[in-house]
Amino acid sequence: MHDMPGPHDLGGKDFGPIDQRDHERTDWDNRVDAVLKLMLDGRRFRVDELRRAIESLPEKDYMSFSYYQKWLAAIRILIVEKGMLSEDEIATRLAQLREKAAG
Amino acid sequence: MSATFKVGQRVLVKDGDPPGHIRTPFFLRGKPGVIESIHGEFRNPEELAYGKEGLPKKPLYFVRFLQKDVWPDYRGAAADTVCADIYEHWLDAD
Repeated sequence: MHDMPGPHDLGGKDFGPIDQRDHERTDWDNRVDAVLKLMLDGRRFRVDELRRAIESLPEKDYMSFSYYQKWLAAIRILIVEKGMLSEDEIATRLAQLREKAAG
Repeated sequence: MSATFKVGQRVLVKDGDPPGHIRTPFFLRGKPGVIESIHGEFRNPEELAYGKEGLPKKPLYFVRFLQKDVWPDYRGAAADTVCADIYEHWLDAD
């Protein structure tokens, strides 16, 4: 026996029929798409690294996040990993933005 | 191109669950298949995923598997197949 694969490796699991409807892209989705494009064009990391970071998300996040939420969570992992920002800097900025939004 | 396997050749996907970013689907590991076509040579995504260069390039194959070889309790038609892209370092001759 070997270990179970990560949550992304779904072959053989029963999730029922595939939802084949088209999905509308939101403005937020487009913003995440733009951030990724800046990172890739600026050679901050590769798309293979993004995929690896997506696959490293906790199973509950992987199963509940939208497509672009997974991208953003992975971008955050890589930004910290590459030393562009620290977790503290991100947390501080998020707190500022939340305060501004609430006020 | 330096592909080891030829179209139509029988291959066996390596088994096991090494750590890291792996592109070979878990459900196909250890399963026998046939080379359907050869996509070309590409930098190894399992190394690119960690910021390495992924060189030398690895041949990537389109491999066809019989569903009944993949799923022991498969109840569909005996000729049903499933295909996947598998890199050469994940394949042995069968």
